[in-house]
Formats: sequence, C-alpha cells, structure tokens
Amino acid sequence: MIENIPLQYFLIVGTLMFFIGVFGFLTRRNLITILMSVELILNSVNINFVAVNRYLYPNNLHGHFFTIFIIAIAASEAAVAIAIIINIYRKFSSINVENVSSMKN
Amino acid sequence: MEITGAQIMFYIFAAVILVFSVLTVTSRKILRAATYLLFVLIATAGIYFMLKYEFLAAVQLTLYAGGIVVLIIFSILLTSHISEKFEPISKMKTIASFLASAAGAILVSSVFIQYKFVATTKEALNVDMEIIGKSLLSYEREGFVLPFEVISILLLAAMVGAIVIAKKSDDKIINEDKIK
Repeated sequence: MIENIPLQYFLIVGTLMFFIGVFGFLTRRNLITILMSVELILNSVNINFVAVNRYLYPNNLHGHFFTIFIIAIAASEAAVAIAIIINIYRKFSSINVENVSSMKN
Repeated sequence: MEITGAQIMFYIFAAVILVFSVLTVTSRKILRAATYLLFVLIATAGIYFMLKYEFLAAVQLTLYAGGIVVLIIFSILLTSHISEKFEPISKMKTIASFLASAAGAILVSSVFIQYKFVATTKEALNVDMEIIGKSLLSYEREGFVLPFEVISILLLAAMVGAIVIAKKSDDKIINEDKIK
C-alpha cells in the first residue's frame, strides 16, 4: 500500500514498543520512570490505531480520533500522576515505590 | 526489489523508536531516560507524517513531545538528584520480566504475521482540517461530539484534581504562618 511497507511492519513496531514498556513497568523502582513506561505503552497503542486506520479503513477517521482522545487522556493522566508523585515526595522524601508503604500498616 | 525512500524512512523511524525505547527503560540516569523518551515520541510523530495524518503528528509533537516530556522533566528536577544513579535491579527480577515481555511480544507478533488483513475497497478519505473539525463537532453519523465533550470534562476534572492534590494542605500553611 504505502510504497511496499506492509501493515504488519507497523503493528510489529507497536507490539515491540508495548512490551518494552511492560518490561520497564515491571523492573523500574522509581515512580517517574514507571510513568514513562506507561507513556510508552499508550504511544504504542496509538501507532496501532493509526496504522490500521490508514491501511484497512481509509474511508473513515475512527482510529485517528481515538488516537487524539488517547493523547488527551495521557496528558491528564500525566498531570494527575505528577501531582501525586510530588505529594508523595513531600511526605516520604523519596519517590521509590519500596519506601512508600504507609497504607499497608 | 529496489528500496524506496519511504521504506528507508520507515526503517530509520522504527530503529529510533525501538533503540530509544529500550534505552528509556534501561538507562540508570533518570534525566537521560526522559530525553530518550523524547526521541521515541518524535519518531512516532514521524511515523504519523508517513501515514499522512499531519494534524495528528502536530498534536503528537506539541502535546506529547512538548507538553508531557517537559512536565516529566520538571518533576524529575523537583524530586531527584541529577547525578544520582539507580541501583541495579536483581538478576532474577530482570530475567523474569524479560521472559514475560518477550513471550507476550512473540505471541502477539506471530498472530499479526499470520492474520490476513482485509482492507476496505471504499474510496480513501482526504484528511484535511475541515473534515477533522467538522467530524469533531458533528452529532450525526461519523461525528465525535460526545467523546469530545467527555474529554473536555475529563481535562477540567484532571486539572482541578492535580491542583488540589499538589498544593500544600491548609493546616501546614497555617503552621508556617504562625512560625513567621
């Protein structure tokens, strides 16, 4: 379709990016780096939506608008998450997930 | 088979996305991880340009690369020491996480490779600003006015919530006033 690039290439790039994000989410200990992994995951989903929209259904714009709404949700999620992280830092002087456990007791 | 310019561009963007995503989740300096994330987001905008969704690419550049990364870098500067390095993660945990994500990636990729995607035969839509604006505010078929309104309420709620959570609590402010 678009000059000899099959749809699968885009989907595989999105998949690899998604699971790299999952890997980061599982291994990281710092709240901000966990947030960055979540942004990677959201971004890979956006690539899938846009590629499928362009290759399979170019007669409408559903994937395009879904991506715009995901970007808006990611922005608001990042704003709230960072507000929470700053509040946690004030209370515990650290943003390491292992130190933040006051709710457990 | 000759290689076209679009293919070269796609391979460059894909390589940038994959290499810098790996660096984002493995770098031991947090500010560098944020910078690598910026490269990933810009390469994604490049892929949107390749697929001829210029408006989406512009939104990606301004909102993600311009807005969210700056927000993340600000919060890093507020909460971490720049020279500080993360402790290395335990080997067991790294191997277990790697196996889990590799298994998922192989499973999903094999499904994508085998599946025969069928494209619609209808005529392609020419995406320009007029169509995007009209569909966002249309309440007819192919219109997106309801999610548009829901998103605007969500953004307002997130903004109010972020301010309420991040500001200092009232009793703390009163105590500080007494000390003065």
